[in-house]
Amino acid sequence: MTKEECKQVVLDIIADIAPDEDLTNIKPDVRLRDQMELDSMDFLDIVMELRKQHGIEVPEADYPQLASLDSCAEYLTPKFIALGK
Amino acid sequence: MSFQPARIVITGVGLTAPNGNSLAEFRQNLLDGVAGVEPMDVRYMGRLIAGVCHYDALKYQKKKELRVGTRAGSISIYCAREALADSGVNFDAMPKDRVGVYIGCTEHGNVETENEIYAISKFDYDTKYWSHYHNPRTVANNPAGETSLNLGTTGPAYTIGAACAAGNLGLIHAAQMLRLGEVDFAICGGVSESIHTFGIFAGFKSQNALATHEDPKKASRPFDRDRNGIVISEGGALYTLERLDDALARGAKIYGEIAGYCVNSDASDYVLPNPGRQAECVRKALKNAGMAPQDIHIINTHATSTPMGDIQECEAIRAVFGEGCPDTYVNNTKSYIGHCMGAAGALELAGNLPSFNDLVVHPSINVDNLDPKCELPNLVLNQPRKVAKVDTILNNSFGMLGINSTLIVKRFVA
Repeated sequence: MTKEECKQVVLDIIADIAPDEDLTNIKPDVRLRDQMELDSMDFLDIVMELRKQHGIEVPEADYPQLASLDSCAEYLTPKFIALGK
Repeated sequence: MSFQPARIVITGVGLTAPNGNSLAEFRQNLLDGVAGVEPMDVRYMGRLIAGVCHYDALKYQKKKELRVGTRAGSISIYCAREALADSGVNFDAMPKDRVGVYIGCTEHGNVETENEIYAISKFDYDTKYWSHYHNPRTVANNPAGETSLNLGTTGPAYTIGAACAAGNLGLIHAAQMLRLGEVDFAICGGVSESIHTFGIFAGFKSQNALATHEDPKKASRPFDRDRNGIVISEGGALYTLERLDDALARGAKIYGEIAGYCVNSDASDYVLPNPGRQAECVRKALKNAGMAPQDIHIINTHATSTPMGDIQECEAIRAVFGEGCPDTYVNNTKSYIGHCMGAAGALELAGNLPSFNDLVVHPSINVDNLDPKCELPNLVLNQPRKVAKVDTILNNSFGMLGINSTLIVKRFVA
């Protein structure tokens, strides 16, 4: 999986949990919560969907790594690759 | 000097029923004999029949709110917003800490719990897949809490658990809170999301109390000889209630006045009704209203289309009203919409309220062969009845664990 593909995985999850948001202009280097309505429960949704859909565990200590699309890609891509994806 | 409680009036109605999403549509279908029961797939049980509501959930909520919240919360919000709009009140200008939200529920949390158990069954029941939304979705105050979030009200907002009597209880409790001066404006009634839990269907089926019929619209048939059980339905009806002085001061439209009520308990069985206590409930409500049986013009029965329950309610009505009430007419609304559980009492009252204006009593439909044990004077069957006078409506709503409620609403006269 490439980092760009990883960003799309995260965007697809966000599209489900924040269905009212327009995601076409999300800036990858800006914190997600600064660009859209995303509360702490929504954030837990992202973690849950990564677990459910992709078998990826994100420990609480690593939550800051999911702040932006870029940081998500940095953090998650190696985990996808480690799972053979 | 005796205490004179404030007069409480109904100033707005918002509802969704299996056969209508506004009072006007609901009423018209009651007069036209249009039922709202349809086939529905129920988890683990297959194709059954149920009363399903088809309101526009996105009218007052975002998609995300619907995803996070519950069906009962969504029904509550729809009904509350519709009632507010109907009341004509300037809600933006109202002090939000003086608004109370009192919503009756048969139960809450079964739907959401079943959904989560089903979801984790796909992960070998590993609880790390259990939703973090489970607790806010299943707390008993959820429907009222979601409503306060949506409306921005900061006064009391809670649910009243009263089995299938809950719809009446919402109105009664709101009237009490208005009289106590706890709030200045109340949004109240009952809601139900029960059709989304297989457990209620399975429970009634195990109890041999789930209706079946080849034509879903004929399955709910209180008083018919061949009735065979309950049609489970979802729905909601919320009202705006105000003290009369406040309503008059703002020139509000007034649907009717709360005349009297009673809530009592059978203390006799988990599920079986007790006609003696039901009759006592009706008598106490009449006394509370300062009325005699012959003062009642419409009795909306609770009858749920079970073989025994309908007979027992008729027994209770016979005991109170006897043969000496020529102007008292009896009907049933579940024959159109099934049993809307926590919403039942509130919805059924709404269906009858327009009778104050049109002087028509909507019938109990689907009665092909009247059960002789359900015969009552002036039982209105299959065709609407134009009557000379409708000044009072008595609304019965009973529930499991022996809770009975009777609410009397009268025509508003200044």
